[in-house]
Amino acid sequence: MSQPSTPLRRFWAEFRENRVAVVALIIVVVMILLAIFAPLVSPQNPYDLANLSLMDSRRPPGFVGSGGYTHLLGTDPQGRDLLSAIFYGLRISIQIGLAAGFVSLTIGSALGILAAYIGGRVEVLIMRLVDLQLSFPAILLALVIVALLGQGQAQLIGALVAAQYAYFARTAYGAAKAERGKDYIEAAVATPLSSLLVVLRHLLPNCTPPLIVVATVQIANSISLEATLSFLGLGLPVTEPSLGMLISNGFPYMMSGRYWISVYPGVALIILIVAINIVGDQVRDQFNPRLRR
Amino acid sequence: MTDPVLSVQNLRTHFFTRAGVVKAVDDVSFDLAPGEIMGLVGESGSGKTVTGFSLLGLVDEPGRIVEGSIRLQGTELTTLSDAELRKRRGREISMIFQDPIATLNPMLTIGQQMRLAIDAHERLSKRAAEARSAQLLEQVGIPSASARLRAYPHEFSGGMRQRVAIAIALLHRPAVIVADEPTTALDVSIQAQILFQMRDLAAETGTALIWISHDLAVVSSLASKLAVMYAGRIVEQGPTATLLRDPRHPYTAGLIASLPAMTAPGTPLTQIPGTTPSLLSLPPGCPFAPRCEFATKACMAEPEMQTAGGRGWRCFHPVGHTAEALT
Amino acid sequence: MNDFVQINDVNRLFGPNLSTGEKIAAKLGGKVETRSVRAVSDVTLSVRRGETLGLVGESGCGKSTLGRLIAGILSPTSGTVSIGGASVMQNGTKVTTRVQTVFQDPFASLDPRMKVGDTVSEGPIAHGLTTKSNARTYVAEWFERVGLDPVWVDRYPHQFSGGQRQRIAIARALAMQPDVLICDEPVASLDVSIQAQIINLFLELTRDLGLTTVFISHDLSVVQHVSDRVAVMYLGRIVELGPVAEVFGNPAHPYTAALFGSVPKLVLDADELVRFDTIEGEVPSPLSPPSGCYYHPRCPLATAECRANQPVTQPVSDLRAVACHNSEQQLAKASAI
Repeated sequence: MSQPSTPLRRFWAEFRENRVAVVALIIVVVMILLAIFAPLVSPQNPYDLANLSLMDSRRPPGFVGSGGYTHLLGTDPQGRDLLSAIFYGLRISIQIGLAAGFVSLTIGSALGILAAYIGGRVEVLIMRLVDLQLSFPAILLALVIVALLGQGQAQLIGALVAAQYAYFARTAYGAAKAERGKDYIEAAVATPLSSLLVVLRHLLPNCTPPLIVVATVQIANSISLEATLSFLGLGLPVTEPSLGMLISNGFPYMMSGRYWISVYPGVALIILIVAINIVGDQVRDQFNPRLRR
Repeated sequence: MTDPVLSVQNLRTHFFTRAGVVKAVDDVSFDLAPGEIMGLVGESGSGKTVTGFSLLGLVDEPGRIVEGSIRLQGTELTTLSDAELRKRRGREISMIFQDPIATLNPMLTIGQQMRLAIDAHERLSKRAAEARSAQLLEQVGIPSASARLRAYPHEFSGGMRQRVAIAIALLHRPAVIVADEPTTALDVSIQAQILFQMRDLAAETGTALIWISHDLAVVSSLASKLAVMYAGRIVEQGPTATLLRDPRHPYTAGLIASLPAMTAPGTPLTQIPGTTPSLLSLPPGCPFAPRCEFATKACMAEPEMQTAGGRGWRCFHPVGHTAEALT
Repeated sequence: MNDFVQINDVNRLFGPNLSTGEKIAAKLGGKVETRSVRAVSDVTLSVRRGETLGLVGESGCGKSTLGRLIAGILSPTSGTVSIGGASVMQNGTKVTTRVQTVFQDPFASLDPRMKVGDTVSEGPIAHGLTTKSNARTYVAEWFERVGLDPVWVDRYPHQFSGGQRQRIAIARALAMQPDVLICDEPVASLDVSIQAQIINLFLELTRDLGLTTVFISHDLSVVQHVSDRVAVMYLGRIVELGPVAEVFGNPAHPYTAALFGSVPKLVLDADELVRFDTIEGEVPSPLSPPSGCYYHPRCPLATAECRANQPVTQPVSDLRAVACHNSEQQLAKASAI
């Protein structure tokens, strides 16, 4: 019996055994692909005003509009094809989620690992700040920052990062603190290797498993946090509608029977977040030595 | 000859893992007389610990006993329900583990834990339970025992904690105690104290002892009987002194010869080549054959246990003898 | 240069790790444990070029700490460690590659996420002993030297058995071309049948490469086999030092005698049970060591003098030294048997 050699291939062999997680992973990949290729797969460019007709607004799913094609999921108050709007909305939501996730991952893990490696006052300073911030609800912090910075993608990402880096810092700190005491780090320090080499080649790679787990969950979180902000009208400008804004746009019509305008973007959002979380759970289970067989 | 208190016949415990079937214990048989101490020697993965767990019915999924019989004081254990096993565990057979930290509850005092262990099988008044606990602690060498009943595990040193674990195992005067490397984590001076005491305790109480260890020297000074395990099987068993003086199985002979004391200081030690095989991919026939200097074509078949003169060995080419001369 | 490795009056304290809260409490006069543990006290020792010095003692006696001080992993609280006249540490950082370490547990001492070849080559590359382009051949040479197949350089640690991993760890240490090797219980976590292989490899390499070695172990029979001289430690102090055969054959310190007596020996000839010489009691807490000689509460020879005064290390013969008030009595006792 040959064991797959690289850690990545062993990881995939184990991942494959959980069917639900594989399905979730496929959903995530498909949604990302849809977002990337939204202009190619959408029946309509929902933001090209020339394509829109007010005649077509708020039509139910299955309606054949003036464009000559069927609006599978109906249309919104501006007469946009909802399916196309969701694809474009996914694009913005995922973009912002990933960007915020990666920036917080970088900043957070750098701070956490530095605190654990250097120790002393730096450790106390960084980690108290992080603790202080973790005692604050993320949404409240994001709201305040967006209100201060104003609207726009960069501002929104900044707000999301400020609200989330602390989780990464905490996780990276915990992992690095545990790894720091292990013999292989001591062996590297005793060679002697420079601190930079020890951190980059040994400490960081061994702290990645828990960080990847937190990253998947936090990307899902930033997507829903962004949707929340957009829903409240504090997210992106109307010209860049994310899923949250689509939901918000349809909200006034919910009670008048035109449920689809809010519900379908909402369903898309839920599927995306649930799928990411299932993948994240499986990744966490595989990284957790206690659950290993 | 007295009736054995524990009789194990053809025990097989297998683990059904995702990578395949691990035959952790494969055809293990031995008898244990009251008050007897048997050393069970082997390297990591040889199946010595799983054998111990099987005796107490503590084998967890994905493992189970697939074959064989374990008779404790005449009762067959392998067919008992979990509830019935639990009734016997602690009272008729108990276990001591390598790491006493893991077995003692940090939140309860030693007295409370001993009380719980007593209550599991008996109704005793508080005073009687305390008296019994204190007496046992004293017996295992803990000074001012009745005062120490109110102490928590962290207030004891590693050696003292192991003594407490031994006292708990002795609470119901079980017929058999399985001790899994109980002194491996301890310092030599403490190990010597405990070994010495265990020998006396077994003689005093008539409790039979299975001492699992990787250290031949420890076992040789304690056990009257020895079983050497390799890759899930007992490859050689018999009286300790005979077996160490005149080993028949090349593995036993190799283990003895590789001890530093057997070679002049500074000179190369006699070594067994190769590494222990993975239980997932055992070589066909005798599992020791690939590392054995005497191996021949005959070793492609699995050797049966040969018995003569109160000892047994599982080898076609016993060291220093021709197979025919011995049987 | 006779005394190659010089350990000069070295002390190492481990302070209590106080949290901020505890520090404030201590400032306000609260009851906080502020005593520090003296893991190594007043150790002066030298290791000659090419010799193997065994370091033995029970857990907590400071033998590992002393090993780490010599290896430059820890810096001494006071005193100096030097190799060939050059200090190992400067301002808390190690400044030499002449001393390397083999750790106890090869499952912990190799980075699980790094190919073993890279683990062996990264130190030599960082210190210019080889170049990135020559690293593979350089590593292959060391792999062969420690008995590993060079085609394994691209594997990860989990693909090796314990014995093979320890060989990799030895290759990593030797690839730095050290003069001094610190071995911290290098066979303690290995299977019995593998221990002999690693000990043989160790004997062969130290001889061929002319290494000076400090071999730390709780297993006296292993130390007896590989060492030229041995130092016995108790509660952070060296209590006896000398050629291994003399120290174990005729101990001058009662602790050495008792420690050696506690080691279970393979009993081949006796059908009756063996008696151990056990030491009474346990090692006292290093937080509050006893007065006078640290060993007196457990010592059968203890006198009022032992309870009052700490014994000074004195030479027994040209080669031996002991820290005991009653060493003559102990020596006489041993030779009487």
